[in-house]
Amino acid sequence: MNLDEFFVTGEPLIYAGMVSIVLVTSAMIFLLTYFKKWGWLWREWLTTVDHKKIGVMYILSALAMLFRGGVDALMMRVQLAFPDLNFLNAQHYNEIFTTHGTIMIIFMAMPFLIGLMNIIVPLQIGARDFAFPFVNALSFWSFFFGALLFNISFVIGGSPDAGWTSYTPLAGAAMNPGPGQNFYLLGLQLSGIGTLATGINLMVTILKMRAPGMKLFKMPIFSWSTLVTSFIIIFAFPILTVALALMTIDRIFGSQFFTLTGEGLPMMWANLFWMWGHPEVYIVILPAFGIFSEVIATFAKKRIFGYHAMVWSMILIAGLSFLVWVHHFFTMGAGAFVNSVFSVSTMLIAVPTGVKIFNWLGTLYKSKIQFTTPMMWALAFIPSFVIGGVTGVMLGMAAADYQFHNSYFLIAHFHYVLIAGTVFACFAGLEYWYPKMFGHKLNEKLGKLSFWLFVIGFHVTFLPQYFLGLDGMPRRLFDTAPEWFTLNFISTVGAFGMGAGFALFVFNIYYSYRTSQRETTGDSWDGRTLEWATPTPIPHYNFATLPTIRDIDAFVEMKKRNETTYDESKLKPIHMPNNSGQPFIMMALLFMASFALVFEWITLSVIFLVGVLIMMVIRSFDEDDGHHVEVEEIKETERSLRGL
Amino acid sequence: MSTNVNHAPLEYQTEHNQMSILGFWIFLAAEVVLFSTLFATYAVLFGRTADAPTPSELFELDIVLVMTFLLLTSSFTCGIAIHQMRHGSNKGLITWMIITLALGLGFLGFEVYEFIHYSHEGATLPSSAYWSSFYVLAGTHGLHVTLGIGWAILLLIQLFKKGITKVTSRKVFIISLYWHFLDVIWIFIFTSVYLIGMVV
Repeated sequence: MNLDEFFVTGEPLIYAGMVSIVLVTSAMIFLLTYFKKWGWLWREWLTTVDHKKIGVMYILSALAMLFRGGVDALMMRVQLAFPDLNFLNAQHYNEIFTTHGTIMIIFMAMPFLIGLMNIIVPLQIGARDFAFPFVNALSFWSFFFGALLFNISFVIGGSPDAGWTSYTPLAGAAMNPGPGQNFYLLGLQLSGIGTLATGINLMVTILKMRAPGMKLFKMPIFSWSTLVTSFIIIFAFPILTVALALMTIDRIFGSQFFTLTGEGLPMMWANLFWMWGHPEVYIVILPAFGIFSEVIATFAKKRIFGYHAMVWSMILIAGLSFLVWVHHFFTMGAGAFVNSVFSVSTMLIAVPTGVKIFNWLGTLYKSKIQFTTPMMWALAFIPSFVIGGVTGVMLGMAAADYQFHNSYFLIAHFHYVLIAGTVFACFAGLEYWYPKMFGHKLNEKLGKLSFWLFVIGFHVTFLPQYFLGLDGMPRRLFDTAPEWFTLNFISTVGAFGMGAGFALFVFNIYYSYRTSQRETTGDSWDGRTLEWATPTPIPHYNFATLPTIRDIDAFVEMKKRNETTYDESKLKPIHMPNNSGQPFIMMALLFMASFALVFEWITLSVIFLVGVLIMMVIRSFDEDDGHHVEVEEIKETERSLRGL
Repeated sequence: MSTNVNHAPLEYQTEHNQMSILGFWIFLAAEVVLFSTLFATYAVLFGRTADAPTPSELFELDIVLVMTFLLLTSSFTCGIAIHQMRHGSNKGLITWMIITLALGLGFLGFEVYEFIHYSHEGATLPSSAYWSSFYVLAGTHGLHVTLGIGWAILLLIQLFKKGITKVTSRKVFIISLYWHFLDVIWIFIFTSVYLIGMVV
């Protein structure tokens, strides 16, 4: 293979990307060396098994991916702003909408939410870490290296270009030769391992490690949404694993699952993909619902309205999410009966979702709302999400879908649910729990400014797209026609508003780090749930002692009784896991094996896989049993944190 | 948490062990989904043999019956191994585990022979959609058996070194769950792939 086949050549934008990668990497290496921080990086971050630090790494990576996916989006919007613009050529445009979609779902939305779950769920249920902290680190590094593998495709080997859904036969070896599609398959496969492991880990953590007295139906809603989400992950992700594996075997070893020869069935891919893909959208929306429920209850200063209905509606949504996948391809021609069945099951989902909307409104009703930035996101979510949801029901009607299918109407719909649902929730959740994570709030003024820019930008971007869709503009079109100019131009202006909002959000992180007042109490918002009972910064063992939980709003009850998570009479040594470099090394080796397989260098790939197996053998013989935090150390830590 | 821990079997006596075992059960649930997807794919692609031979031309009952006998027996001996562990006999545990592995190896040997035989008859992975799904379904099961054998050898070394402890008993119990699970999957492969493939 020649070097110019290995690196992507000929595109000025990609050369600019290469230069910026080299510059940023060299700057990071320089800074780490200059300030002698390599050891710190290894000891404190790369080898950590602490759920709070892993969560921070998830969120940082997700913000980086939001930036990358956002730049992709802006490039697409520039290309679509004027008819006949030659900013991107057709091939480059195909690559960019593919990476935009894949990155935003797999490498931005999920890790952002999993990051928040990592930090908050153990604190909400009164656990000292995950059930399997080592596995948690493994999960993070599998996501990290999966994202890395997917992202380097645009400078090495070429990006995938068959859409985030990667339908066959277009994505098969015959019509899509070269490494691009392999990056998609193996990048997703690698990060999928981590997602499944996280699902199992969270489920065991929630089922087995709750504080005394916290029955399942006394658990905060965000933890409930995590439990339901991990259930969906466990039952949906293996389907993706198989689908990706089958296409990989098709492409590299010549099998005939999704091919046009050998009696293969290309539409089988669409079925398998969406049997995972539809539950996947609930994997990214249910935790968002959980976050909004926490935020709304806190700033309406009321117990969440209809707690049981909230929980049961989530469980119902999770069950239904597995029964609707065909609505993604009503036009495949499965027949009127099949389409009707899936049409009805799709519309059924609107019922539990409607229940949730009314419960949020019920919580707000007659309450004294405190308009903080996280609350603003939550309030903007409700009407925006309803627009997305109602247009979803329109798409769910099989007969009408023949008109909407693959048009900008669909694009507008899923951006309305995914941005107004998931992205607003990520911002709300990060701003809400920020003081717990970093010991100071984000600046409210800048936060609100970025909120308005982003929310107005969002509606300006996507509302016109409904009408573009009704005017017949198909999705994935790289060159628009003059009659669609006005709406497309408005949409592009809105996209830059969202970009500015995001930039301001990131700037706010820096600004608040420099100027915000430090938290002293640990209870920054007059919180209702157990995470606010810990001091800030949170000691690495989270809870010195645990009170008995009597209520859904555990901390409200504790404040009434004057209880804390530090009862000197009940102190005992705390068992904690040790740090380990193994997860990082194991996943780095698996990354290299996958990278070799992308280029179909089978021998090299096998060599690295043997390396992975050796790491597993080492782990099997590992007798590291963790360490104990002694009572004296707990006393010292807690006394200084609580100013006793 | 649990009040009765001291009456529970050794592998359940710490909270950490209980969580590991529960976690593995959940992992097996995910494995069920994985194999279900492969079975569904196989069912959809059934009959799509293109120019390659059909399964009824190639499948032979006797070899598959031997494989089934080997694997089912290995599940039984694995059960005896756990029984020995519960009675505290490390020697019995190791012996029965070795018998289990020998049976598993026998199964694998026949499977490799079978795959080679079919490919000589013109049914290979790229031959047709049907044969792709056959090889991937049976091969995924075979790969699981292979990994299980490698894993069990590591545990046998630990049993030699340390005997039956809370840690080793947990590990052996978990691999026994895995081994029985593979047996269940094989029963489905035996009936829905081989028996149906022979008559249709």
